[in-house]
Amino acid sequence: MTFIGLDNFRRLLLEEPYSVRFFNAVGNTFEFFAYTMVFQNVTALLLALALTRGLKFTGFFRTVIFIPVTLSLLMIGFVWTLMLNPNIGVINEVLTMIGLENLTRAWLGSETWALPVVTMVNAWQYTGLMVMLFVAGIQGIPEERYEAARIDGARGWAMFRHITLPPLYPIIGIVTIMTYMGVFNQFDLVYAMVGSTGGPRYSVDVLGTFFYRTAFGGSGGQMPQMGLGAAIATMTFLFIAVAVCFFLYLSHLRAKGDR
Amino acid sequence: MVKGKKDKLLDIFIYLFLIIAAFIVIYPLFVMVSTSLKTNMEVLVNPFGLPTEFNLDGYRYVLEVAGFPTFFRNSIIITAVSLFVLLLVSVMASYPLSRFTFRGNRMIYFYFIIGAMLPARLATVNMYQIINALGLFDTLFALILIYIAMTIPISIFIIAGFMAELPRELDESARIDGASDSRILFSIWVPLLRPALATVAIFNFIPIWNEFFFPLIFISSDQWKPLPLGIAQFFGQYQSDWPTAFAALTIAILPPLIFYLMASKHFIKGLTAGALKG
Repeated sequence: MTFIGLDNFRRLLLEEPYSVRFFNAVGNTFEFFAYTMVFQNVTALLLALALTRGLKFTGFFRTVIFIPVTLSLLMIGFVWTLMLNPNIGVINEVLTMIGLENLTRAWLGSETWALPVVTMVNAWQYTGLMVMLFVAGIQGIPEERYEAARIDGARGWAMFRHITLPPLYPIIGIVTIMTYMGVFNQFDLVYAMVGSTGGPRYSVDVLGTFFYRTAFGGSGGQMPQMGLGAAIATMTFLFIAVAVCFFLYLSHLRAKGDR
Repeated sequence: MVKGKKDKLLDIFIYLFLIIAAFIVIYPLFVMVSTSLKTNMEVLVNPFGLPTEFNLDGYRYVLEVAGFPTFFRNSIIITAVSLFVLLLVSVMASYPLSRFTFRGNRMIYFYFIIGAMLPARLATVNMYQIINALGLFDTLFALILIYIAMTIPISIFIIAGFMAELPRELDESARIDGASDSRILFSIWVPLLRPALATVAIFNFIPIWNEFFFPLIFISSDQWKPLPLGIAQFFGQYQSDWPTAFAALTIAILPPLIFYLMASKHFIKGLTAGALKG
């Protein structure tokens, strides 16, 4: 191995086709993150609120909703790939059955749909974990605060906005940073559902699959380029490090504000 | 507090929401198991219902022809050895880090903890060079080493944190009685640490059992493939033979699922606690 200075970074950022693939993968990774925040984490917060109202069967629902967390993302990806099969997959069959035939499509073969669908499957897997983090946060809020707010006449949205939500900010921070790190580490699900080439015309290509393809030559008959791969990993590291520092800075600010 | 009409209506909506969520979780698993028991013909004719008769051909094929027992064996060896060494090393490192005061203690601790913040996959290229240099390419040992290295940070964090909260008098009285450090660690601390050790074991069991990326890089021969890698290759070949493909997935997904259902409280607590602390 010879030392070539920053040449790998120059190629990655400036030389085609690497630069195009790289910025595409960065864009897809952020898109993946945005979809996951909505599909997974908003759902998780709603489920956590539903599970902390002291209703009957809460324990049962909690157990069920957590099941996917323990399963392999890869195998879940395979199961959903079969269910999304355009010819005999259950998803299109259900749409046809309820009269929405014009919505059926080759989900994973579509440049527009493949990424959102993959993020939804990812959300299917991890919502349960985020639910439990939110539940832990909500259960830490003392009952007296609700009592006091109730006496002051707070109901519904106002109650959520002013009593439940503020103590959850640290949890929301943890959930966000976990989601972010998970997305920058994403590989298994994309590999299982659309392959290491990143789906139709690279529309689901994230940094994880781009790194794998480049460094270890997963497909396409290219020679593995470990140096370039290491440059991709370093860029990924920078994205994560910046976010983690920002997160720590924010929690530091909050801790100061509380004092 | 007596619930008003409005509250009852809200409760009904919440139940509806929870039932839909539970259905979305269970339905793919139901499809997986029921399809695995159908024949190819029935998959086409009757995609939704239960299988009319149990067709176990898929399972027979997966277990007898496709080499799944080998994949299982590899997964079990990798997971068991990794967890055992991980617990041993983490306990031994946590003990001085949390109970002794010495120069550089905090530094060493933070050095370990930083590892929990960074995904191990970023270092794959370096690992590849190291594993090759050690001549460990295509061995179970390569994976075991990587998994232990990958899980030590969070484990030390959990165990050292737990240890620091236990009262000091315990080891002081043992020390006065003349017990050695290793004696104190293994006869006094380890039994007390059981909850923390269980959390660490559960928290790391799932990712190690399910890990796919590192086997994909480091294992090439069939006899050393763990379950996820075996499945991936099998799935590529049998994607059109639905009952067989689903039988393979069912067999692979069942062990963690059964573990989870047997001890769901511990799993939820372990995985949540680990994540919250990390």
